[in-house]
Amino acid sequence: MTLFWIALLPLFGSLVPAFTARRGRRECSLATAVLPAVALLLMLFQVPSLAAGEMLRFSVDWLPSLGLELAFRLDGLSLLFNLLILGIGLLILLYAHFYLSPDEPFGRFYAYLILFMASMVGIAMSDNLILLWLFWELTSLSSFLLIGFWSHRSDARKGARMALTVTGTGGLALLAGLLLLGDMVGSFDMNVVLESGEAIRADSRYPLMLSLVLLGAFTKSAQFPFHFWLPHAMAAPTPVSAYLHSATMVKAGIFLMARLHPAIAGSELWSAVVALVGTATLLYGAWFALLKTDLKAILAFSTVSHLGLITMLLGIGSPMAVLAALFHILNHAAFKAALFMGAGIIDHETGTRELGKLGGLRRAMPITALLMSLAGAAMAGVPLFNGFLSKEMFFTETLATPVLGGLSWLLPLLATLGGILSVGYSLRLVHAVFFKPPRQAPPKPPHEPPRLMHAPVAILVAICILVGLFPAALATGLLELATEAVLGESLDFHLAIWHGVNLPLLMSLVALGAGAASYLWHPQLRRLIRSFHPVDARLVFEGAIQRLVRGSEAAITRLDGGSLQRYMSYLWLAALVTGGLGLAGMPVLTGEHGNQPVDAVLLLGAGLLIFGGLGTVLTHRHRLISLLMLSVVGLVVALTFARFSAPDLALTQLSVEVVTMILLMLALFFLPQKTVRESSPMRNLRDILLAGALGAVVASLNYAVLTRDNAPISGFFIDNSVPGGGGHNVVNVILVDFRGFDTLGEITVLALAGLAIFKLLNRLRLFMPHSDGEGRVWSPDRYPMILTTISQAILPLALLVSAFIFLRGHNLPGGGFIAGLITAVALILVYMSRGVEWVQQRLDFPYQPVAVAGVAIATLTGLGSWLFGRPFLTSAFGYFKLPLVGEFELATAMLFDLGVFLAVVGATLMILANLGKLTTTHRPTKQLPPPTADPASKEKR
Amino acid sequence: MESLYAITTGLLSACGFYLTLRGRTFPVVVGLTLLSYAVNLFLFSMGGLTTDGAAIVNGPAAYADPLPQALVLTAIVIGFAMTAFVVILAMRARGEMGNDHVDGRKHDDGEERR
Repeated sequence: MTLFWIALLPLFGSLVPAFTARRGRRECSLATAVLPAVALLLMLFQVPSLAAGEMLRFSVDWLPSLGLELAFRLDGLSLLFNLLILGIGLLILLYAHFYLSPDEPFGRFYAYLILFMASMVGIAMSDNLILLWLFWELTSLSSFLLIGFWSHRSDARKGARMALTVTGTGGLALLAGLLLLGDMVGSFDMNVVLESGEAIRADSRYPLMLSLVLLGAFTKSAQFPFHFWLPHAMAAPTPVSAYLHSATMVKAGIFLMARLHPAIAGSELWSAVVALVGTATLLYGAWFALLKTDLKAILAFSTVSHLGLITMLLGIGSPMAVLAALFHILNHAAFKAALFMGAGIIDHETGTRELGKLGGLRRAMPITALLMSLAGAAMAGVPLFNGFLSKEMFFTETLATPVLGGLSWLLPLLATLGGILSVGYSLRLVHAVFFKPPRQAPPKPPHEPPRLMHAPVAILVAICILVGLFPAALATGLLELATEAVLGESLDFHLAIWHGVNLPLLMSLVALGAGAASYLWHPQLRRLIRSFHPVDARLVFEGAIQRLVRGSEAAITRLDGGSLQRYMSYLWLAALVTGGLGLAGMPVLTGEHGNQPVDAVLLLGAGLLIFGGLGTVLTHRHRLISLLMLSVVGLVVALTFARFSAPDLALTQLSVEVVTMILLMLALFFLPQKTVRESSPMRNLRDILLAGALGAVVASLNYAVLTRDNAPISGFFIDNSVPGGGGHNVVNVILVDFRGFDTLGEITVLALAGLAIFKLLNRLRLFMPHSDGEGRVWSPDRYPMILTTISQAILPLALLVSAFIFLRGHNLPGGGFIAGLITAVALILVYMSRGVEWVQQRLDFPYQPVAVAGVAIATLTGLGSWLFGRPFLTSAFGYFKLPLVGEFELATAMLFDLGVFLAVVGATLMILANLGKLTTTHRPTKQLPPPTADPASKEKR
Repeated sequence: MESLYAITTGLLSACGFYLTLRGRTFPVVVGLTLLSYAVNLFLFSMGGLTTDGAAIVNGPAAYADPLPQALVLTAIVIGFAMTAFVVILAMRARGEMGNDHVDGRKHDDGEERR
């Protein structure tokens, strides 16, 4: 459980600044430091049991089906990294307290910083591959927020975006790699993975997995050629640069390589790739560090270079090399964080980071000068500093390794070259800032910062010196644990300052001498380089991003240009292609049944359908006529249903047809009566071809299905309709019983459509025509007497029929849907013949509640079955006897059907009555406009 | 009979497809309605074409497949709701935009002033 708290306390800690920011800066900084400090202490208490060789693990299932566990471990490697993350994190917090100006949102800054800390701790302690990746992504995100903290600055925004793009892409590759790794092992558990090294390396997917994982590690740790984001991330506030971009985040990639070392390292591929990339990064970073003039840029490139050094050591992969790598991680974090903070102090107190504007600061800032000189010496690898020790180990390993086969002798040479450059840039950094006479005065008169701002730097420099002087006493224990965690076995080693006069010592001396010389000739060197025109990574990157954006925009405009016609044609084209491909794969179109004979009635029906369909299209410019043609189709479709044994469908189609036509005619009243000719002939041809081809596909599919034997599943429904549902009309029983849930969904949609239309009609501005398409004015006889009389006579009759249809629906064609539609049509007829005012006086209630009540009744009927311990929508029925009436059946399905009925009536009338009301409120005045008037004035809003 | 049925369905859907590709709202609504007729016929026929076989138990011996019928029945009602929604949307669009083009463009010179 302690492990759980070590890992999660910082995560909770990221919320602390939100609550304490208002109390003031000092309180907020102190409060923020509490939880990480507690986590650090908790972890230190675990060290004894760790040293005793205990395996500290904690795990809870999270998403077991995905192999994700909330699993943490604490071993030597986690300990080493947690010390860096929490320890340096606390120092950075202290430093940031003085660094940020009072008017900056420090609470937000702390929250991001601690969030980052928490995600790094998560990476270091994850005992599950997926969990590790989650925290990995969290570091990318929090780093994005931190780099872009000064969001008003363009370079900060661009740098943040670049970092996120590069590390985020790497993160995706890593996810793929880790999933592959988990698949190869059969588990995402870290222990299982680490123990299956042999099996992993033997797997055929090993090279792919390795390259994906390494892609993630290299992008995160700024390895060549993905290093370019790191210098641009220096737009962040300096505490961030010191913390994320030197001590911790950029080491996440290295941590990953160390963590997975037993599982994925040890192959030739690993050694070659990792060692070569590390070497390239080492030299590239060092070279550019020598040439930059911005303090933070120098430090950024030197970080790249040192990361390359560590990577190279991991690539070499021998036990001693791993030890050296781990040791250098520690040392580098100490001196580089100190240097960054020193650079931040200089920037803070002088207002510039340009070497050209600085110089001679040792008089104004003696303490800073001392601290930075010491840290710089550690970076350069001067004897008696910690950097010297790990660098010597590094030289020793490059001499011993056979990684590059016959070319392995190159490594010591390249390593020495790296050492020379490193001495050169360290010397330049310290000398140019503090000792060289200034060429011009800095923007602000330099002075020492508050004493406490020095404290974190001083602590780190002290560590550098103490470790350099007493390596055996201070670092051995920690490194023993860490190497054991990486290698899986304990390593016998002895850290010492003096190994006698040997080749590595000679290499160190050469590096120191030649490095000093390279600084002396630095001006000439710079002039030489200037002639090459270096490529600015940011310009290249921004250019690429902008090309990508433009390309996407062009693609989007092509695909999503806001033209419905284009969308429709894409949709139909896709349907044509998929349907056509399916048809093309069929050996014969006609199935085993062949055609049944055709009779005259069928021919007539088909002829009418075709006439109606074609007529609708051909007359579509004259909308009213087109609508009449459409109604022909609808009627004949109803007859078709009747002909092919579907009486329920025929009744439904017939009543829906009536409602649809009334609706469309009402709508047409408010729309233009004619369609202008605007499609080009080419476009028309294209549309005709597309529609025709798709129609042919539909016809072929239909024919293919019709002539084949189908194995229906409806035998069940027919068999169980009477014993299970208590109804003889199988279609109705399916609707209200077997598939009642579907029906419930459908009436809900119906009611929702009604409500949506009700809202759409609200405050609608309309164009009210005075005359029809041909210019004839509307008839003044608004309520024709014959219609009025008939409709009034029909209404009770229709309601009676509707009740009859409803009641018999369970056993004979009919039911709630049809009855509801008939009622709606009867009521609409009254509306049409008498007008809205007349009806409203007699039938004064809104229809929305009716529709809602319908859905509610249906739902409650379904819920009622829960009272009897049955699943939702279970139906019950029974037979009862009444005098006079005789025996009759009652079923809960009837109640459900009543809900359907009410929903249909309510929704239909909500739509039509509300639309019809508009014709009343917008009715034109009785006076006819003079015939000579301008046509535009006929339109009235 | 089957081929006649299939050709009719295909032709109706072709007419519907063509109309949905027009540039004004009303023909598109009409096209959608036409298309939904065709689709309903298509779905209905998935159970085969049976004459004199309404699925009333204790009625005729050979029943038509009731399942596609039940599906199509609700499809017809939902189809009406959707047609209503789309056509009211078209009215609203005309009210807001001043024209009845499907893309909802504010300025439209081709509008017939009526």
